[in-house]
Amino acid sequence: MKKVQFSEWGIPSPRYWGLLAFLAAVAGIGGLAALYMEHHGHWVTGMSNQVVWGTPHVFAVFLIVAASGALNVASVGSVFGKKLYKPLAPLSGLLAVALLTGGLMVLVLDLGRPDRLIVAMTYYNFKSIFAWNIILYTGFMVIVLFYLYTMKERTMSAYSKPVGVFAFVWRLALTTGTGSIFGFLVAREAYNSALLAPMFIVMSFAFGTAIYILVLIYAFRADNRSLGDVVLFRLKNLLGVFVAGMWYFMLIYHLTNLYITENHDFVAFVLRDGGIYTAAFWLGHTIVGVVMPLGIIYHPVLGQSRGWISGACGMVILGGLATMYLIIIGGQAFPMSLFPGKTIIESGFYDGVNGLPAAYAPSMPEVLLGLGGVAAALLVTMVGIRMLGFLPESLADSVADPHGGETAAAH
Amino acid sequence: MKITEPTDQGRREFIGKAAGAAAVAVAPGVFLHSVAESAPRADPVTSKVRWGMLIDTSKCADGCTACVQACDLENGLDLQQKPEGETESAWDQQRSKWIRKVKVRDNLTGRVTGMPVMCQHCEYPPCVDVCPTGASFRRADGVVMVDRHICIGCRYCMMACPYKARSFIHEVVEVKLTSAPRGKGCVESCNFCVHRLDNGGTTTACQDACAKDGHAAILFGDIRDPNSPVSKALAQYSSTQIRPELKLNTGVRYHDL
Repeated sequence: MKKVQFSEWGIPSPRYWGLLAFLAAVAGIGGLAALYMEHHGHWVTGMSNQVVWGTPHVFAVFLIVAASGALNVASVGSVFGKKLYKPLAPLSGLLAVALLTGGLMVLVLDLGRPDRLIVAMTYYNFKSIFAWNIILYTGFMVIVLFYLYTMKERTMSAYSKPVGVFAFVWRLALTTGTGSIFGFLVAREAYNSALLAPMFIVMSFAFGTAIYILVLIYAFRADNRSLGDVVLFRLKNLLGVFVAGMWYFMLIYHLTNLYITENHDFVAFVLRDGGIYTAAFWLGHTIVGVVMPLGIIYHPVLGQSRGWISGACGMVILGGLATMYLIIIGGQAFPMSLFPGKTIIESGFYDGVNGLPAAYAPSMPEVLLGLGGVAAALLVTMVGIRMLGFLPESLADSVADPHGGETAAAH
Repeated sequence: MKITEPTDQGRREFIGKAAGAAAVAVAPGVFLHSVAESAPRADPVTSKVRWGMLIDTSKCADGCTACVQACDLENGLDLQQKPEGETESAWDQQRSKWIRKVKVRDNLTGRVTGMPVMCQHCEYPPCVDVCPTGASFRRADGVVMVDRHICIGCRYCMMACPYKARSFIHEVVEVKLTSAPRGKGCVESCNFCVHRLDNGGTTTACQDACAKDGHAAILFGDIRDPNSPVSKALAQYSSTQIRPELKLNTGVRYHDL
């Protein structure tokens, strides 16, 4: 393996600034949407006292989960010692920080009192997994930035591995924490499961890797850098394993619920009776998010095409958003079992009368805020690769292929 | 009951300065007025008292919403105004409600039971466990409530509450009671009419209304005091909690559910 050189993203200035202007505009519109919701109150959204977390949470949790997953590529390099992945690590760390920034932005701007962010930073209830998440997120940011420093600063390179291991352990804790935000909710049938923490971890692997591959392909093509099949196919196969893992956890989640009689209604809601949520499961999660990407990734012809691989990554992302919609909004829409063995026939507070799910329809400002977070994440990424030498000049097979060099024995 | 109108800051500042000037004008040590009730209210509440409630569903009249209306008046919930342009159905799902009537039918026997449901004032409240800032808290006397000064409006408590007892303020609040301050972007729920308890009261608005209408389905009081009517009733009649399997040891109990 030849020595890999890094350099700043060198696309022509007009194109770069045009891209930044576009992303800044989308992020800005998201900011205006947040301002609109903050000014009027949440009544302008589709949220209510029944569905209290709406579309912003779908985007925020997706981005936060994807952030920890995006670091995975760097972890494979430094924690598991795969040399092929080492040149990919700086972009991996940058993307992790960028996605987390976007996700947290959406989360904070959807608070009822975003102006009280300082309260969230100064008052801690340590029994709250939410409070722990605040520490896990900020800690992740600091650790990954330091990890990037050890990667890029020659005198610090000896620390890169231990810091990488620490970052890997931290990101596992982070996604465990995010999954546990739901897993610790004993009140609702959709949650209250220890499975959610590992499921979120494997989902993070899938979403983060899909976003990583898309950004890598785009950044390299736009700058006429060479991206060889060896690196791309390795990443693609890794994505396939993660998507299959995600499907496995979803299967176990449903099988567990099918076994537990009191959860039968919830399984029927997701698989058969839930309308939009059933569609989110079958069409969004299963077909778009799992079956089609796996079919493409492992197809002997399609799996060799960059267009199709990009398509598969896009599907994993769309399927992931559908999965989050199902988990977050479907989990609230499904009526809480207040009186087991009884049917609520009248209620002054929409307690799932006759088993009816709670109503929710996403509003425009919510969607714009979510998309604003995505744009902010991409904006940070684009500025990062432009300003810092985080992209390898070439990942052509002759440069990156470990089989071509002295490390062949390791494989 | 005092109603707070939209604040006129200029007027407020003027009155503040004028009051300061008046206080100075009077001889040292002589105040124009004093807050008579400040002494007893300065004492912290203790766990010697645990406020609780017994609801007798057999006495709860079908179609009666006296408790709901009384709560609305007592806590200024009737003062909430539907934002302009909002539909009635959306507003009804977004406006704050502290207590609601629920009617259930037993799946096996078909027996129908009606009852009011509100915050159950758990001994181990999930809303308090999950609140990141500690805004959701339980007082030593068993009242579970929200500190509106440090609630950031994350709504995690609403996700966690097994009784769906909490409401989020979705709209700008123009008019409110001093005894039940309310602001856009915070969460709130039944607090056992805590302003009454802290001023020496021993009943809740829902209880009073139910008794006034002749049903007396709601009994409220100190469940640590064996001689209180609610303790005696709890000792005499069978009662249960909603979702007892969660072992939250609720302060609200139901008879004949």
